[in-house]
Amino acid sequence: MGDQPIWITFIVTFAIMTVLLLSMAYTTWYERKVLARFQDRLGPTRTGKAGLMQPLADAVKLMGKEDLVPDAADRNVFLFAPLITFTTALLSAAVIPWGGTVQIFGTDVNLYPTDINVGALFILATGSIGVYGIILGGWSSGNRYSLLGAIRSAAQVISYELILGFSLVGIFIITGTMSLTDIMFKQHEMLSFGPFEISNWFVLTQPLGFVLFVIAAVAETNRAPFDLPEAESELVAGFMTEYSAMRFALYFLGEYISMIIMSLFAATLFLGGTSGPGADKFWGLGIMWLVLKVMAFLFFYIWLRATLPRFRFDQLMGLAWKVLLPLAILNIVVTAFFRLIGNGQVF
Amino acid sequence: MGLIDDRFDKNIFTTSLDFLFNWGRRSSLWWLQFGLACCAIEMISASMARFDLSERFGMLFRSSPRAADLMIVAGTVTKKMAPIVRTLYDQMSEPKWVLSMGSCANVGGPYDTYAVVQGVDQVVPVDVYVPGCPPTPESLYYGILQLQNKIIKFDTIARKEGKGRAEDQRVAERQLAMAGIRG
Repeated sequence: MGDQPIWITFIVTFAIMTVLLLSMAYTTWYERKVLARFQDRLGPTRTGKAGLMQPLADAVKLMGKEDLVPDAADRNVFLFAPLITFTTALLSAAVIPWGGTVQIFGTDVNLYPTDINVGALFILATGSIGVYGIILGGWSSGNRYSLLGAIRSAAQVISYELILGFSLVGIFIITGTMSLTDIMFKQHEMLSFGPFEISNWFVLTQPLGFVLFVIAAVAETNRAPFDLPEAESELVAGFMTEYSAMRFALYFLGEYISMIIMSLFAATLFLGGTSGPGADKFWGLGIMWLVLKVMAFLFFYIWLRATLPRFRFDQLMGLAWKVLLPLAILNIVVTAFFRLIGNGQVF
Repeated sequence: MGLIDDRFDKNIFTTSLDFLFNWGRRSSLWWLQFGLACCAIEMISASMARFDLSERFGMLFRSSPRAADLMIVAGTVTKKMAPIVRTLYDQMSEPKWVLSMGSCANVGGPYDTYAVVQGVDQVVPVDVYVPGCPPTPESLYYGILQLQNKIIKFDTIARKEGKGRAEDQRVAERQLAMAGIRG
């Protein structure tokens, strides 16, 4: 994992960006298809084979629509806000590892754009900055529904950011690092119980942390059942009520990118990232395992959306502060205690 | 548009671009989540599991008029509701289409009274009328397929050539249809 020439980093980053942007478009297709099957429908079938051209048609249409700025809006902030959400969502992809250092055409290539030693913290931070886009967009629209959506989003993200961070502290205590690459490779080690060998995925040692993380991640990305900022039955479309055309699309895409990033993040932290049968022999298999885990997480997101009704706002806050936060603190205390036993500092 | 009038015939650039955008618009007609009376129930039924109108054709319910392309006026438009319908139409961003669903929205239906607008085309420009009281989901399909056929033929330059040309085209289409009926 040494240094590499900047042009290799550039190519890797470019490849990851391209894959992310494409997969984000097709996540919408995936969601519509899976959701349709949950509801005994067919989903898009008429646009291309099995509706596969649907994301392209949506993109073309949104590009061709009128870019509307309401009279009551604060023009500059209104135009700028969606970009914050979109770019910060993409930014988080910079620290997520897709493998270690591999040999491609005789050159050492790191399969991650960068490996900073506070990678996990970086993702949490960009996630928090992303909510500025929502708050500014809602506030500058000059529409009461937008403002209500923005306020809800601010309250929700502050509460669940806390739980998202706390649920990871257990892992940091176990591994002693915040670098995602190090955390991932810790999970490639095997645990042996007599004849059996299983991967040391942190979902095994941190089951409570995993559950808390998944709940907080759903809330953090404003997805059902926590999609209060854009609850269409109460707030028209929440913070994006006044947005049309590509600016609306940027919010939409930002949401889907943060879904994918959160899935990647969860897979890297708890499910071993690229770990899986054959991943040590060939790096392509590792990427395939990571993609499969992300697909499973996305499926889970859609499953939640198809199953659960929306929370009421007081229920949402009550869940965060009265249930999840004490559990997260308990998780930290228990993990720290076992860590001390492991170090031989207790008993 | 004096600048481009009579400068361009239809050429590969304008027609291909028109086709691309028309294809996109046709394939992802997001409709405004908005119903006025009993026709709305039939519209909801059309979008639910049995018929799945909304998703199969790439359509989605959007509750915000800014992001919607198609307004389905489903039901009786009373004179009290008419200004609201017009406001919603004005709030939608271009390009936008209106589908009038059911006899009440088309011509006032059975309600020839002081309180009902005799046809929503007095309030907003309508692209497709779907008859029926209420129209079955299949009729709504047919109306939406007709609208899609209309959108794919949408011509940016022709649209700018004004009302006369549009009227001529309408007359020509009507004659063609009449010829088809008479055999």
